[in-house]
Amino acid sequence: MAGTPRSRLDTRPTPARGVEEGGPVRRLLIGAAVVFLGVFLLLPLANVFYQALGKGWDTYLRALREPDTLSAVRLTLLVAAIAVPVNTVFGLAAAWAVAKFDFRGKALLVTLIDLPFSISPVVAGLIYLLLFGRQGPLGRWLDAYDIQIVFAVPGIVLATLFVTVPFVARELIPLMQSTGSEQEQAALTLGAGGWQTFWHVTLPSVKWGLLYGIILCNARAMGEFGAVSVLSGHISGQTETMPLRVEKLYHEYNATGAFAVASLLALLALVTLVFKTLLEWKQQRDFARAQQAPAQNSHEP
Amino acid sequence: MSIELRNVSKRFGATVAVDRVSFTVRDGELVALLGPSGGGKTTVLRMIAGLERPTEGDLFIRGQRVNDVPVQQRNIGFVFQSYALFKNMTVFKNIAFGLRVKGWKRRDIRARVEELLALFGLEDLGRRYPHQLSGGQRQRVAIARALAPKPRVLLLDEPFGAVDAKIRQELREWLVRLHRELNVTTLFVTHDQEEAMEVADRIVIFSRGRLEQIGTPREVYETPVNEFVARFIGVLNVLELEVWGGLATVGEIQIPAPGLRDGDRIRIGFRPYAVAISPDLTQYRYLATLQRTYFLGVMLRLELETEAGLVIRARMTKEEYAQLGLRDGLKVSFQIRNYRVLATEGAPLGPEEKAAYPELPSAGENI
Repeated sequence: MAGTPRSRLDTRPTPARGVEEGGPVRRLLIGAAVVFLGVFLLLPLANVFYQALGKGWDTYLRALREPDTLSAVRLTLLVAAIAVPVNTVFGLAAAWAVAKFDFRGKALLVTLIDLPFSISPVVAGLIYLLLFGRQGPLGRWLDAYDIQIVFAVPGIVLATLFVTVPFVARELIPLMQSTGSEQEQAALTLGAGGWQTFWHVTLPSVKWGLLYGIILCNARAMGEFGAVSVLSGHISGQTETMPLRVEKLYHEYNATGAFAVASLLALLALVTLVFKTLLEWKQQRDFARAQQAPAQNSHEP
Repeated sequence: MSIELRNVSKRFGATVAVDRVSFTVRDGELVALLGPSGGGKTTVLRMIAGLERPTEGDLFIRGQRVNDVPVQQRNIGFVFQSYALFKNMTVFKNIAFGLRVKGWKRRDIRARVEELLALFGLEDLGRRYPHQLSGGQRQRVAIARALAPKPRVLLLDEPFGAVDAKIRQELREWLVRLHRELNVTTLFVTHDQEEAMEVADRIVIFSRGRLEQIGTPREVYETPVNEFVARFIGVLNVLELEVWGGLATVGEIQIPAPGLRDGDRIRIGFRPYAVAISPDLTQYRYLATLQRTYFLGVMLRLELETEAGLVIRARMTKEEYAQLGLRDGLKVSFQIRNYRVLATEGAPLGPEEKAAYPELPSAGENI
């Protein structure tokens, strides 16, 4: 069906037909993949939980209840609670602008949205450090008004915002482009205002892609290390997020504590994965239904 | 006067999509905007809807200048070529949308939507989603949705473009019936002249952004204002002749050309029905072979080829054909009963002329 949303979700690869590898070759390839995944992904993941819980459930909970660790969890949640909504709104606005309008500098905008993907997070952190730090052009002015960005929560939020900019926008742009703007125009001719059109027509048609983008954005916002590390100052109990906390505990030879916090992050990753798979499954089902349905109803009553 | 355009132009950058177009549509009329693709007809429709702004000129709906009235407040119904149904809403919700955003009461919405579902024969489909409908059903939902808020004007962009031939015929008849019942001023865009002729009260013909002619189907067919219209509406034989000694000639065909100099070229056009054919080789002036007969139902289309290689298209009824005992490959005589002198495209046509022939026709000539 024309106009079916095209997104990264729909392009799950199907095995090439007609190429039937012989038994041994196939077994070898599958075996290699399984061993590779096992050694490099599953084993470390299992190890995280093993190490965290190795000294018993009580030790694990005690490690998590440590005030500095709790503070890190709170800060991580706070940062995500700011970065995710902001980038969701930005992503929607940017995707809307790119998909529905033609304007000068559109290609530049799309490239800029991708910038955080291509720049090392450490460099991103440094950019803000140099911009807002004491020696930076804005540093003195901020100092005069007693606004602290670097080595404080605002800096962490900024760094996280920067690295998570592309997730929602990247997911929505192709989706909105394929949907076109006729449904919105139809809503306008029926008397709907801009906001009603957005709420009732645009948003529902991209909701799964949007949710997918938000989930990825959230995972990255909580897990970001490099950019945040540069701007944080590593003050325990104040400017430490969970990834930074893991590093510090580990350097303090507190393996149990480090792995306990790491297990929380790993858990977040697993939950994200489950959500992502669910969404893919849901979208593929919608897609398949949309393709089959017209054929079943092609007769005219 | 329901809709009026006064010298309306639309430019996209350097391209002129619509060039100083003026016409009026009366209340309750069913009007076709006809022309080849790229002719500007869809742009005109979108300007009336408010989806495009005229670069110049004035646009009136019911006497009110609407150039600056936003699309939401024009109270028009618009049916998109692709229907643009809301994919995430059921048929019921699609039709209810225009009423919901206008703040109708829930009970009134339900009553109005059910009324429309019944009117459009969609009673059982209220809970379906657009992807579960056939092309024809989708189109009816799109029209029902556009009509729900009781618009003053219904605009349809290529309404029959996306359905197959058999359903298209049904939908045409259905649209005519619907228009008669609801009596809402309706404009539709089409590139299919047959469709326009069959459905519309009047036809507005566009080419390259300009209005070529506006008139009833009969007017544009019988008195086209220029060669473009003549060729676009129906089939037209066109011949280019060279003048020599007061006669214009191509192949065997000769017509008098008083007032023209030797070496001048003129073009004439004539409809297939203006060609008279007889199996009696002495009856008419010219000889040709009947190359091929196309059966189009009651009417047949005939293709003649003269010795000199001119191809002439003619038509007649099945009965005439049988009476004359014609068949493919037969030698026949023919005559052009009347023709028009064509000027260059866009310029006005000469009047229709009874074919007068330079020499006396043979006995039994029938013109």
